[in-house]
Amino acid sequence: MKRSFFAALSGALFGAGLLVSGMIDTVKVQGWLDVFGDWDPTLAFVMGGAIIPMFVAWRIAAARRVAVLGNALPEKPEQTLDGRLIWGSVLFGAGWGLVGLCPGPALAAAFLNGWGGVVFLLAMVAAMVATPPILRLIRAQGETAWTSAR
Amino acid sequence: MIEQDWVWGFVGGLMIGCAGALYLLVNGRIMGASGILGGLVDGSGRSTWAERLAFLAGLILVPPLMVPLYDRVDTRLTDNIWLLVAAGLLVGFGTRLANGCTSGHGVCGISRLSLRGIMATVAYILAGGVVVLAFRHWLGVI
Repeated sequence: MKRSFFAALSGALFGAGLLVSGMIDTVKVQGWLDVFGDWDPTLAFVMGGAIIPMFVAWRIAAARRVAVLGNALPEKPEQTLDGRLIWGSVLFGAGWGLVGLCPGPALAAAFLNGWGGVVFLLAMVAAMVATPPILRLIRAQGETAWTSAR
Repeated sequence: MIEQDWVWGFVGGLMIGCAGALYLLVNGRIMGASGILGGLVDGSGRSTWAERLAFLAGLILVPPLMVPLYDRVDTRLTDNIWLLVAAGLLVGFGTRLANGCTSGHGVCGISRLSLRGIMATVAYILAGGVVVLAFRHWLGVI
């Protein structure tokens, strides 16, 4: 119950911040990516503002090791750069540029985007559900190709 | 009034950062929108479903409640259904493949000086920039 309460509070503050910052406006987001057109630097201010409290939080986390509600704080994953990270981010960035929505603002504006936002969310969730089986399939195919090649 | 937009951007950014700090220090989790939603819908985060659902409820329900504070709130989303479907699929698949989006890799990763977060952010901003350049200035569809 406590966990859900603070999670809801965090989600609420995240959503409010997205609205206040103007980042649910897809034209402003695409404006940030439009370096060769009418460039809009707002997103850099949002990112800068968000990184400041988070930077402090990571410092506190490093000293505490345990969260207020008792569980261990997340450890830093192994810092390896792989194709999955880079190509996944490239695909994400392409979709982000196409309509100016990333997952946070797409959810924050779920009731503000009209039917278009619902279409985007349905496609996004469908892809999220499909990702693990697709990856399993690719992995299985890869192994078959590997064993038959030998 | 462009500069006022920057100020509101910074203020909103601080709020987003405080939300992430709260989720990290109190719940002990990284505030990544794609991870919180993705783990819920693909079943990988079943053990923490209540926490995920509560976060999403706050995120989805609070912005519409704040709309009356503004003269107008316009998200100016395209009504081209093919663009919306393609973008949704790319964002859903890409963020799950990369294990993060603008909030997880961007806000939480960069502030932790995580190489993975920084490189992911560089990759998605470059890809987004190229797509806007191509689809707006060369093809003229967005």
